[in-house]
Amino acid sequence: MGDPNETYGEMWQDLGMNLRAHCALLDAIPKMYQSAYLSQENRPDGMSYFDFVVSEIHGLRIKELMDHKAAGGKVVGTFCLYVPEEIIRALGAIDVGLCAGAEWGYNEVEKILPRNTCALIKSFVGFKLDRVCPYVESADLVIGETTCDGKKKAYEIFGEMAPVYIMELPQMKRPEDFTLWRSEIDRLVARLEDLTGKKLTLENLKAATRDVNAKREALQRLNGARKASPVPISGKDALLASQVAFYDDVSRFTEMVNKIADELEARIAAGEGVAPANAPRVLVTGSPMAIPNWKLHDVIEKAGAVVVAEEMCTGSRYFDTLTDETPETLEGMLDAIAHKYLGINCACFTPNEGRMDDVVRMAEEYGAQGVIHYALQFCTPYQMEARGVEKASREAGLPVLRIDTDYSMEDIGQLQTRVEAFVEMLAD
Amino acid sequence: MPVLGLDIGSRTVDAVWLEDGQIVHAVVLDSGFDPQAIAASLVSQRPHDAMVATGYGRHHARDAFGAQVVTEIKAYALGARSLFPDAAAVLDIGGQDTKSIALDHFGRVADFEMNDKCAAGTGKFLEVMSRALGFTLKEMAEAAAGASDGISISSMCTVFAESEVCGLVHKGADRSRIARGLHSSIASRTLASLSRVGAEGPLVFAGGVARNRAMVDLIREGFSGEVVVPAEAQLVGALGAALSAARSPDE
Repeated sequence: MGDPNETYGEMWQDLGMNLRAHCALLDAIPKMYQSAYLSQENRPDGMSYFDFVVSEIHGLRIKELMDHKAAGGKVVGTFCLYVPEEIIRALGAIDVGLCAGAEWGYNEVEKILPRNTCALIKSFVGFKLDRVCPYVESADLVIGETTCDGKKKAYEIFGEMAPVYIMELPQMKRPEDFTLWRSEIDRLVARLEDLTGKKLTLENLKAATRDVNAKREALQRLNGARKASPVPISGKDALLASQVAFYDDVSRFTEMVNKIADELEARIAAGEGVAPANAPRVLVTGSPMAIPNWKLHDVIEKAGAVVVAEEMCTGSRYFDTLTDETPETLEGMLDAIAHKYLGINCACFTPNEGRMDDVVRMAEEYGAQGVIHYALQFCTPYQMEARGVEKASREAGLPVLRIDTDYSMEDIGQLQTRVEAFVEMLAD
Repeated sequence: MPVLGLDIGSRTVDAVWLEDGQIVHAVVLDSGFDPQAIAASLVSQRPHDAMVATGYGRHHARDAFGAQVVTEIKAYALGARSLFPDAAAVLDIGGQDTKSIALDHFGRVADFEMNDKCAAGTGKFLEVMSRALGFTLKEMAEAAAGASDGISISSMCTVFAESEVCGLVHKGADRSRIARGLHSSIASRTLASLSRVGAEGPLVFAGGVARNRAMVDLIREGFSGEVVVPAEAQLVGALGAALSAARSPDE
């Protein structure tokens, strides 16, 4: 590949990005990707698509977004899987997950956010302050949500730098909460109709729902293959697919993931795997891992274990359930969307017993021998809920390792020792 | 020919040569500024059939001399259990971390906990505090063991605790009582960690800090079961690595 600044420099400049800082960021990603991804052996051939996507993460995809905008389309940025992408898509807009997975611009961030803010929030504020995320720069609207307190307050600050719209996500799942959430969906529809100048109809919403469901089904197939032993795809590769699902073109992504799933199913039939059949199998659960956060998976898999499932937003919470496509009225479709999203088990809800059930059920389905609970430091909902996950897992006979970390590499030695010791424990 | 176990730690590099289950030679050297060079000199010192490395430098040993690796957690479990066959738990306080390990009936690791990324409550912490008090490590331990009560130290951060200690010294507080207070706060944190992993006696207390009499007394006082300290507390990790090398026949 040539110099990306030669190919895309003008586009990034037009977006008002900080080219110097962006250069430094673009230099860092290939090294991380080489060490975490390209050094793996026996990867599925279909993963070459994701290698390409990552190499063009701020290039070709942004070009597509710019072309879409030039043709009168809108780009909507999101930070959370509770924002219903079916509605954005139905109105002809493209929704993209925004950059939040790397330590960036912290010196500036810590002038406006408390130091003890979780890495994900610091990251998205840092990317914006330093103008190095072309996704947020190209977004016509950023949709935030009231999941955790940190994000809620950070959006107020973010709103000074970008157009932000907030959805109120309830924190309980009673009928009254559903009513509130359902009304929030109506508010979102009105806001997006205003943004796009289009009307939401039963037809466009059904078509968009079908597309998004197909994307989730493709991810279900890919992830379902991880139940096999030996496992045909590494945890890192499967995680990457879940991460890319948030910003890639929906139809192309679906097609490519289905191709990989075909390949994985053939591998299973041939008894072929990426790790020995006796490699300890681990389920990872907790805070989201936004791209390029591959830190924990990399440590786990370099320690000789294999991650077989992610009970997280960049994992099963995203694709495990589909939106009902059968209602024959627009109201019915919006009810179905509200139900689908309120069914997701995020730690910002209380109580959140559904998540404990999900962890134990998934560990059994995917043949995991141990659970690693991953929480970002200062991510209070997940750090606190770790206790419940640990309790439920131990009762199901599953050993648990709790990891609280961030995006920095300063604790990598400690992390390796703890993860390796856990893997030794599972292997003994 | 013997097998070699190497424990490449932040403060010392320890080596044990094991033949027919017996230690035939053992060495403890300061890590200095280049622990890998020290490890290399140990590797070439005597012949060995197989080699296993543990400690924070284990991955370098794998890359440099093709050593197999085990974590300190597993190495300490193996080493402690071979010295005390009925050991049910291990406490290792080393140069830069503390590990509490609960063992099952077969001596396998049942649960473990390590301190976080900072040096609170480790050997390094004690070293810094002894300097602040104008004691050698040994003098500080003796002073702490001899003091009737301690002055409580509120911070466990190495840097903040050092300032706190300096402040107390300037105010004319008794150094022995400060030393006692420092030891007590480390002991209480350590005991809490042992309790979280469900550690029961007999507990093998190993690692460099197990040579500190005051710390051993305080752990003994606070722990529910029996506490044993091996004569060569610093060699338990290297011994465990050597036992692991003897177990897994490799190149």
